[in-house]
Amino acid sequence: MPDTVQLEVFRYRPEEEGEPVFDTFEVPYRDEWMVLDALNHIKDHEDGTLSYRWACRMGVCGSCGMTVNGEPVLTCAAYLEAFLPGPIRVEPLRGFPVIRDLAGDLTDFIEKLERVKPWIIREETKDPSEGEYLQTPGQMAAYRRYSMCINCMLCYAACPIYELEPGFIGPAAIALAQRYNLDSRDDGAEERHEVLSEHEGIWSCTFVGECSAVCPKNVDPAGAIQRYKVDATADFFRSLLTPWRDR
Amino acid sequence: MRRARDPFFWGLFSAGGMLAALLLPALFLIVAVAAPLGWFGMTAHVDWLALVGNPLLRLGLFGLLFLAFFHAAHRFRYTLYDGMQLYHLDALISVLTYGVATVLTLIAAVVLATAG
Repeated sequence: MPDTVQLEVFRYRPEEEGEPVFDTFEVPYRDEWMVLDALNHIKDHEDGTLSYRWACRMGVCGSCGMTVNGEPVLTCAAYLEAFLPGPIRVEPLRGFPVIRDLAGDLTDFIEKLERVKPWIIREETKDPSEGEYLQTPGQMAAYRRYSMCINCMLCYAACPIYELEPGFIGPAAIALAQRYNLDSRDDGAEERHEVLSEHEGIWSCTFVGECSAVCPKNVDPAGAIQRYKVDATADFFRSLLTPWRDR
Repeated sequence: MRRARDPFFWGLFSAGGMLAALLLPALFLIVAVAAPLGWFGMTAHVDWLALVGNPLLRLGLFGLLFLAFFHAAHRFRYTLYDGMQLYHLDALISVLTYGVATVLTLIAAVVLATAG
């Protein structure tokens, strides 16, 4: 194993230079180090101005997603070893405007996420004193996988459609809409349908499947989208064949 | 209108892809391999026309061809639309791809209707 490894880090300092550049750093190599540990080493010992997001360093917070050697990954879960012998190229997530260095502007995703109303919508609510809304293990299993999303946006960075059609509501937002649609306590499917059934909802997706391939939590957004397409298509043909039946 | 268009064409696309994936390899195996090689007691000279004389089989073949044509059209449309990034030509591309599928479907209908 080498003593050191080279990192080529994407730098963008809009107040200093108009164009992004790559800075090369030589960092110590450790078997147990992740790419994020190497970035923290640079920040602590080489260049304190390096800007990037991270918090939990254990694959839960979803803030350290970056492009490493062209692949969108959580840098806290990507061993340096996997990229030997280097140099390792670290860039911000694709598809998002860069604010500075490795930090992107995520406003677009947050706005889209809000549009699908990712919370439980109920027609009738009961008073907390009346107790919880109970659910069987089977009812929970229906949506549990989609609830594992940590909003890391690797799926957006991997999605070629999101890059081509910026209006596309995107993999994570649709998976999270399905997370609530499939929840037995939720009555909001019709409200979400308004957003999801637009062309820029589910129909922009052409099932490339990269979103599911890069998801660190095995959420399978591509599967969520295809399932919604099947449901929406069945609904459409049903209302076409039996127009007298109100959906 | 656009709300109805997406599920309509995607429905044809997905049904066509499913049927083609399930049935075309089997059809190919029977017509192009098993029959010429005389497998399963078939002779090299099966009277296909007489087989197509069965109205149920004709209807099935028509359904398969119709959906497979629209599957191909939809896939080709998105190859041009996203793959070649011809967003401004979407209307023209749609008319051409689904138009060709419609023409091929009509030809299939005529051929099958007159085959028996």
